[in-house]
Amino acid sequence: MLNTYVVYVENKPGVLTRVASLFRRRAFNIDSLTVGRTEKPEVSRMTITVDADQDQARRIEANLYKLVNVLLVENITNQPAIVRDLAMIKVAATHEARSHVLELASVFRARVVDVAPESLTIEITGAEDKIDGLLEVLRPYGVLEMVRTGIVAMRRGKSSSTVSTATTTDQDVAEEDVSHSV
Amino acid sequence: MTRQSVTRQSMTGASILWECLEREGVQHVFGYPGGAILPAYDALKGSKIHHILVRHEQGATHMADGYARASGQVGVAVATSGPGATNMVTGIATAMLDSSPIVCITGQVGSKLIGSDAFQETDITGVTLPITKHNYLVTHASEVARTIREAFYVARSGRPGPVLVDITKDAQQSTCEFDWEAAKPQLPGYRPDLSPDRKEYEQALELIHNSKRPVILAGHGIIISGAMNEVREFAERAGIPVALTLLGLGAFPASHPLNLGMMGMHGEAWVNHTIQEADLLLAFGMRFDDRVTGNLKTYASNAKKIHIEIDPAEINKNVKVDVPLVGDLREVLHELLPHVESIDRSEWLDSIDRLKGDAAVRDIQNLPDSGHLYAAHVINDLWRETRDGDTVVVTDVGQHQMWEAQYYKHEKPRSLITSGGLGTMGFALPAGIGAKVARPEADVWVVVGDGGFQMTLCELATIVQEKLKVNIAIINNGFLGMVRQWQEFFYERNYAATPLLNPDFAKLGEAYGIRSMTVTERSQVVPSVQSARQHDGPVLINFRVEQEDTVYPMVAAGASLHEMIRRPSKIVETAADE
Ligand SMILES: Cc1cc2nc3c(=O)[nH]c(=O)nc-3n(C[C@H](O)[C@H](O)[C@H](O)COP(=O)(O)OP(=O)(O)OC[C@H]3O[C@@H](n4cnc5c(N)ncnc54)[C@H](O)[C@@H]3O)c2cc1C
Ligand SMILES: Cc1ncc(C[n+]2csc(CCOP(=O)(O)OP(=O)(O)O)c2C)c(N)n1
Ligand SMILES: [Mg+2]
Repeated sequence: MLNTYVVYVENKPGVLTRVASLFRRRAFNIDSLTVGRTEKPEVSRMTITVDADQDQARRIEANLYKLVNVLLVENITNQPAIVRDLAMIKVAATHEARSHVLELASVFRARVVDVAPESLTIEITGAEDKIDGLLEVLRPYGVLEMVRTGIVAMRRGKSSSTVSTATTTDQDVAEEDVSHSV
Repeated sequence: MTRQSVTRQSMTGASILWECLEREGVQHVFGYPGGAILPAYDALKGSKIHHILVRHEQGATHMADGYARASGQVGVAVATSGPGATNMVTGIATAMLDSSPIVCITGQVGSKLIGSDAFQETDITGVTLPITKHNYLVTHASEVARTIREAFYVARSGRPGPVLVDITKDAQQSTCEFDWEAAKPQLPGYRPDLSPDRKEYEQALELIHNSKRPVILAGHGIIISGAMNEVREFAERAGIPVALTLLGLGAFPASHPLNLGMMGMHGEAWVNHTIQEADLLLAFGMRFDDRVTGNLKTYASNAKKIHIEIDPAEINKNVKVDVPLVGDLREVLHELLPHVESIDRSEWLDSIDRLKGDAAVRDIQNLPDSGHLYAAHVINDLWRETRDGDTVVVTDVGQHQMWEAQYYKHEKPRSLITSGGLGTMGFALPAGIGAKVARPEADVWVVVGDGGFQMTLCELATIVQEKLKVNIAIINNGFLGMVRQWQEFFYERNYAATPLLNPDFAKLGEAYGIRSMTVTERSQVVPSVQSARQHDGPVLINFRVEQEDTVYPMVAAGASLHEMIRRPSKIVETAADE
């Protein structure tokens, strides 16, 4: 089953390698991984999807916490969340096909971002299956090139993930409201 | 100069390094110089730290590891960039798998040269990423102090482990304000202090009180946590017998009536049978290594399991447990102890005694009477001679390691140092040096095979140069014995690449200026050990033992824990035999 994690990490060189290396080292296959800035400059946020059963999913979480630069891990697989993927699709669109392609794009609420004599480039944002759907119907026209970002995810509603970047030292270990028991 | 006056002053990165090591309590470092670490070596003269020159950087890491295991303090190894750093890899991986706290400091090429394939440039933080608890690349003098403080904190807290700090040459050379106070660790994501919740404690107590056939599985975590007294009190109060892992030996006194002995692949038969028959396993700071469990499908299948463990990633990794108690063992036991009821479990203990009695006939007397010297004799006599003192036995990897575990009865923690998880041949001699440096009062015995000894024997020179009283017992069987044993059992005695043509080890020892002798008969064992103990310099004893002896019992890889290959016996076939 595909699990989705939101992982907050310290924004430092090499942290992405540490996270990616962990999955390789423990023989878990990353389906997609995105990383970007957050509202705090010292914190980066990753969305990682991994195929894992329940037991493995727990172990992934525990192992992520073992990385010193990992601040917070949330498995949001079973939580209401907004999940988005972005794709750019370059489709062969000759004169006859062009209007059909445009029509399909508008059905999917996708935008045309580049027009050339022989092709159209469509940008679409949405849940993964919506993008899969558009791809499916465009394929017969000839997909020349395609790129997807991989998903980013955020929990719905007021509940938001807060990370503390308070300093931890021998003397004062910050109490977290996160459960580590597995 | 008082501490106060150096609190804030301009210093080079190299001087800051030594100053911070001193403030972390370091008295000894094990190292080997080279170009990229030269600025640090140049600054060493102003420091109170004693530098021990090794002969190979692998040795430096094992020494730091032995130092850490003997003392519980962080061990420190130093090397240059490139080959110096890569030579450390085996020692780092060894420390990682056995949760040993070491800090490795490597020089790195100048920060402007990083990525250019400069002379002796290796991406050592990349190389050691999966085999360190954490590592750092330091490119500015101003980062040295905080990094060193963080490195020590991470290495020794929570589940201990190796930390590597790679410092560029320019970071060592340039100067900056040094302010210890301001360089506090900043580790917002690092939480080594976890503790179980109420409910988990209650569930654990319920299982304990309802159990009729419980066993404590005592691991290395007891020693790391310093929970020997708590474990003993727990076992005595609840009347629960204690089985130990290889790395747990010494965590519970071997002579205690509740002590069973070592479990696992080469554990005593009655211990493994007891585990298979138990209705409750209490795993204390052990990680259910595959050498401990055998086939997981049949492992203690009727037992509930309680796992007290500091690392959440160990829970349900190999063995599914009913109640995990994640936290420091000593603290968790402190919480549990007042609620543990004393229960009469004599029926269970009696039934274990019966298993034990059955198996005891296969003891040392059962060795064939061929007039040959057996490794078991050597270890047994060594134990008799040294049991009363403050003795640390440091073993290498192989058959001799298992015989040590079986025949040397460890009463105290940190009296056995051995590479368990990685099984690193060549570990014993350098780790023994580290142990001796950490505990100069202790009688240190390196017990090493003829194969493994030759992997790191260059460190004999370190022993001599540092005037260390280390005793070396080579268990010389002319074979890579443990591999030969596998070939005997599983490859139809095809002894491919396991016979060894050895040098005369006694002559070799003499060449280094070490008093050396060769022992071929049992009657010579005790006198040789006695004379070694009386000599105030290092001693090497070359024990020429039976060549094709076998470690019994043995659980073959993949077999169930109760399916053991046993020493063939002329005397009796017992009920405990499968
Ligand atoms: C040739 C050979 C044969 C071997 N045969 C055997 C055998 O027959 N039997 C055997 O037992 N081993 C055997 N071993 C060793 C085996 O491979 C493992 O190294 C060993 O079983 C590990 O023991 P452990 O789990 O107690 O220690 P470790 O691997 O060091 O694990 C310690 C555990 O304690 C936890 N811990 C650390 N600190 C704390 C704390 N403060 N509080 C709570 N928990 C803590 C750690 O997180 C870790 O999970 C053999 C090795 C070799 C090389
Ligand atoms: C560095 C390393 N290489 C290979 C092995 C595999 N190995 C395990 S035990 C062993 C034989 C050890 O021989 P020796 O040191 O003579 O000890 P003995 O088993 O004879 O007591 C070997 C080769 C290992 N554990 N470590
Ligand atoms: Mg040998």
